[in-house]
Amino acid sequence: MLTDSERREIEATLHHYPHRRSAAAGAMRTVQRHRGWLSDEALADIAGFLGVSVEELDSRATFANMLFRRPVGRHVILICDSDCCYVMAYEQMRDHIAARLGIGLGETTPDGRFTFLPIVCLAQCDHAPAMQIDDDFHGDLTPERIDQILASYD
Amino acid sequence: MTDRHTTGVSPDERPLTAAFRADGRPANIADYEAAGGYEALRTALRELAPAEVTKLVSDSGLRGRGGAGFSTGGKWSHVPVGDMAPAIKYVVCNGDEMEPGSFKDRHLIEGNPHLLIEGMALACYAIQARTGYIFLRAQYDKPYALLTQAIAEAKAKGYLGEHILGSGFSLEIYLHVSIGRYMCGEASAMLNALQSDRPNPRWRPPHMASAGLWSRPTVVNNVESLCCVPPIVRLGPERWKSLGLTDEGGTRMYGVSGRVNRTGAWELPVGTPMREVIEQHAGGMRDGFALRAVLPGGASTPFVPAEAIDVIMDFDHMKEAGYSLGTGTALLVDDSVCPIGLVRNLVRFFAQESCGWCTPCWGGLPWAADVLNDIEEGRGRLSDLDLLEEQCWFMGEDMCFCDLAPSATKPLGAALKLFRDDFERHIREERCSYGPVGQPAGQRSLRGPGPDGGH
Repeated sequence: MLTDSERREIEATLHHYPHRRSAAAGAMRTVQRHRGWLSDEALADIAGFLGVSVEELDSRATFANMLFRRPVGRHVILICDSDCCYVMAYEQMRDHIAARLGIGLGETTPDGRFTFLPIVCLAQCDHAPAMQIDDDFHGDLTPERIDQILASYD
Repeated sequence: MTDRHTTGVSPDERPLTAAFRADGRPANIADYEAAGGYEALRTALRELAPAEVTKLVSDSGLRGRGGAGFSTGGKWSHVPVGDMAPAIKYVVCNGDEMEPGSFKDRHLIEGNPHLLIEGMALACYAIQARTGYIFLRAQYDKPYALLTQAIAEAKAKGYLGEHILGSGFSLEIYLHVSIGRYMCGEASAMLNALQSDRPNPRWRPPHMASAGLWSRPTVVNNVESLCCVPPIVRLGPERWKSLGLTDEGGTRMYGVSGRVNRTGAWELPVGTPMREVIEQHAGGMRDGFALRAVLPGGASTPFVPAEAIDVIMDFDHMKEAGYSLGTGTALLVDDSVCPIGLVRNLVRFFAQESCGWCTPCWGGLPWAADVLNDIEEGRGRLSDLDLLEEQCWFMGEDMCFCDLAPSATKPLGAALKLFRDDFERHIREERCSYGPVGQPAGQRSLRGPGPDGGH
């Protein structure tokens, strides 16, 4: 079952679209914001509310790189691995984060604090190398800056 | 440092950034109105027929700023208007900005969200659409918040909503936030994404101008293209064109990233030479680094060698010289960067982002990425270079369903020529002789042979 606030937020977007099913992308974002990730149950809740099949939602969710179909940590680190960040030495930053947290890309720290993922260009190329943690951008990364930034997420 | 402002010129000469505030905060509606904002919409609704707005944009010669460079007015003119036209039509603003290397649309929205709103309103009026969507990439929380506020401000002033400025024209603009994927930036795939369908590109015909979003006539324009529309209407096409240095005319955002003294995006006359953008606005390369090549307008454009940066940066001059302007936001590749590693990075990106629909794309891109990886890691053979050449043909423009794989062949094909010596040395020496990226020239020699073969 969708919670009241999830349902209210999805309902507020229904009039943007001529068809109820077209609110699905936004609905998945909404539910993920509330629950952290999209479980099978979450997809079923959305599918029931919008009158679409779970399979249809899953075909969208698994192709989208900002929807998570597996549990993630309290904070999600997305490190840009595209060309500008490559030129600006993102690999050194990636390795530094991996060493600090003791996890590789695609993994979550055992305490559930961070999930570490790669992402395509974040459009922060003027501040490469760059990463995103939750909704925050962090650019002009250096190993020292990364240590400070990580410490600010509990 | 990001430098948004170009000082010493009048606001009318830099219409995209004229209302940007000196304190760096986003312009509100009062700032924008003080700089002539919403005058164009007022003029259009009072004095111009929809087709006349389209004609102004066509006469201006404005070409799409998303990278492909189609005529904006041309796109609009294909949409049926008049009594016999379908009642429901849409304008979709492409604010996905996922082309690697591009960040100009973010600068425009964060500097003055109202310019885009007025541009959308004019586009909708021109094709007589009552609904517009701004498709934003998932990461653009700040642009989302700014546009949400700008839409509310514009509504309160009567620039959006029912009977705009007392006219018969009504318009709602909705924001749609992507759930992510590079493919969504392809115009027809974006329409599928907006419908909450899988963002595969569509076969054309039917063209979007006759059957686009939910099968209704639709125009898709980039953020910057729409931002050019209010100044074109306000200044008139001839005056706007005169702001440029070449026949194309007008102004556009030029950007630079990489190992330069000042990264950033600047509004400059169309036709500004690449050398001026790099040396004057970006302040040249940092000490200890030499320019090797430029990726001039995103991951989908061929490399420009350092010797060729006197090229003029407009669509036609770049094309004549064998390059491509793309988004106009350039990545500068310095001499600490292994070009094979960089091209592997680019091709891997495209391989990952393929929607998987057509064979050259889903089969060819990972194959090319594997071959590049072998070469970079010292397992390459000289025959691999012929194989990569063949892949560029196999994934070319006439072979694929959309432009994704052909885009990948642009930097790859250029690299095979421009960096031939590097490819052959990697294969001959069975290793990459470059040190870590970002190492200044003075320190490189301490780490053994450098990229110039300094044995």
